Amino acid sequence: MFYRENGQFKTSYQADQQIFPIVQDRWFILALLLLAFVAVPLLATDYWFSAILIPFVIMAMAAIGVNVLVGYCGQISLGSGAFMAVGAYGAYNFFARVPDMPLIPALILGGLCATVFGVLFGLPSLRVRGLYLAVATLAAQFFADWMFLRIKWFTLDTPSGSVSVSNLQVFGLPIESDVSKYLFCLAVLCVVALMAKNLVRGAIGREWMAIRDMDVAAAVIGIRPMYAKLTAFAVSSFIIGMAGALWAFIYMGSWEPSAFSVNESFRLLFMVIIGGLGSIMGGFLGAAFIILLPIFLNQALPFVAGVVGIEISTTVVSHTELMIFGGLIVWFLIVEPHGLAKLWSIGKQKMRVWPFPY
Amino acid sequence: MGFFLETLLGGLMAGMLYSLVALGFVLIFKASGVFNFAQGAIVLFAALAMARFAEWLGTAGLGPAWVVNLMAFALAAVVMFAVAWLIERLVLRNLVNQEGTTLLMATLGITYFLEGLGQTIFGSDIYKIDIGMPKEPVIAFQDVFEGGILINQEDLIAALIAALLVAALSVFFQKTGTGRALRAVADDHQAAQSIGIPLNRIWVIVWCVAGVVALVAGMIWGSKLGVQFSLATVALRALPVVILGGLTSVPGAIIGGLIIGVGEKLSEVYLGPFVGGGIEIWFAYVLALLFLLVRPQGLFGEKIIDRV
Repeated sequence: MFYRENGQFKTSYQADQQIFPIVQDRWFILALLLLAFVAVPLLATDYWFSAILIPFVIMAMAAIGVNVLVGYCGQISLGSGAFMAVGAYGAYNFFARVPDMPLIPALILGGLCATVFGVLFGLPSLRVRGLYLAVATLAAQFFADWMFLRIKWFTLDTPSGSVSVSNLQVFGLPIESDVSKYLFCLAVLCVVALMAKNLVRGAIGREWMAIRDMDVAAAVIGIRPMYAKLTAFAVSSFIIGMAGALWAFIYMGSWEPSAFSVNESFRLLFMVIIGGLGSIMGGFLGAAFIILLPIFLNQALPFVAGVVGIEISTTVVSHTELMIFGGLIVWFLIVEPHGLAKLWSIGKQKMRVWPFPY
Repeated sequence: MGFFLETLLGGLMAGMLYSLVALGFVLIFKASGVFNFAQGAIVLFAALAMARFAEWLGTAGLGPAWVVNLMAFALAAVVMFAVAWLIERLVLRNLVNQEGTTLLMATLGITYFLEGLGQTIFGSDIYKIDIGMPKEPVIAFQDVFEGGILINQEDLIAALIAALLVAALSVFFQKTGTGRALRAVADDHQAAQSIGIPLNRIWVIVWCVAGVVALVAGMIWGSKLGVQFSLATVALRALPVVILGGLTSVPGAIIGGLIIGVGEKLSEVYLGPFVGGGIEIWFAYVLALLFLLVRPQGLFGEKIIDRV
């Protein structure tokens, strides 16, 4: 009743092939964009920007990248943290070494560094698959950890190994205030999300999905497994690398190699699994869930303890957070193994048939 | 030559310890098809339980050290059984027939949970496990090589314990009724179920066995390094061992462990100085990767056959 495609006839191929074929969807997305670009900057406080919104926007972008690889092409990867690190340090080196390097080309070049790295470590996927591949991609993770810690050239020979950037600007506008940081990340995210959405519904995306569903069968009908898998690795690591560069440049400002540890890889994988494999929307939902949950627990636990009347120390709080986080993830996987995106589509279906559920 | 042999021996013994952790992975993967990322957290949990029980029993004054250690071991084993039963009951039973990735993620969730729970109950400081292992190294083969070979007694005993455990496990798997049922389930879930083997009970047993293996591994690692949070990352060191040996093979875990152990030590000693050191951890992964390129199922894994 609320959500119905009846009567929306398509009279041209162009109308049939648009991203959001249903008019309600178009209005919804438009409203969402307005909310994100206009309403949020007006209403949000500094705390919201630095603790929730900016991490969410960047992580959503990284989750889209992981989703291209894991959700669409079916290659489980635990090396996402490494791709982020390569993107960040690649962008940093271009930014710091080349005089007058503008920010956006530096980010893109960082993404390209991550692409090269990703394709290199994607090569084993031609031979190895499934869980073996997941463990093999950990090689990328540990190699990157080691590389940025030990090879001082990447960190401009700073003795502590931590690097920082300053004076960021785009087209002459400084990226310093929280609002400008947020808007910049959001703009990049929109471009990347649009690009990813169009890729996965195009020819290459169908090849990825064929490979995911059954690679031997896909090869039989004439899809080149090597091309499909390596392009998935390339696109995914480009997006993750860009996200990593943004994370380092915009969110952290100064960082060291441990910022992109294996835990970051796990977190990204959680985002796509909880958000929903094989769905761009899932990346957003998963990122929101994983970013918000620890903050929520951190705020709620001392409050609950105060109500019950127990004094708890910060270590106990952090351990309890770990426990609840782990428990919730397991619970969530049991209740809805297909992720939040599946819940979303169930909700849409319900709205479509309401008020007559049969 | 003496130095080379010394490194080699050190590598072999370290490898034995890796295979202990790897064994836990293989046991669970074979029987239930779950890639158990939580093995590291289970090792940490078991070691914490053992260390704290020993400490508490020790202060209660319940006899000499070996009695206390034995009782602590038994108590920790009971705790691990409870954990295994709970994991099967609350998690795995509800995730039957899900994809490998979902199960992997669920075990990651268990990892976080166990890390939090273990440190909440048992505390998060560094604890000692003292099972009376001799610490001082001995020098052997002095008449063969100049200066002899330095052997760490502690490592030697640890390797012996590991070998004993593996022997006991193979007897359990080959000779007992339960072991036979476990092997049947590992071969084919449905066939095993159709001849009346209760899958759920088998899974509990397998997680219990893996828990005991983790306890032994935690005990040895703990007495070497002290029981602390970093013990949980031992699992990440053992992963290349598992894929090198093959996810489905117990002998593979042992031999993979030895190869990785030796490879790590030799690379660190002979290659490390040229590239800045600290290459142990990724070298193990790259070594495993190279093996995988030749044999995608690992050295001893079952052949992967693709059918359309």
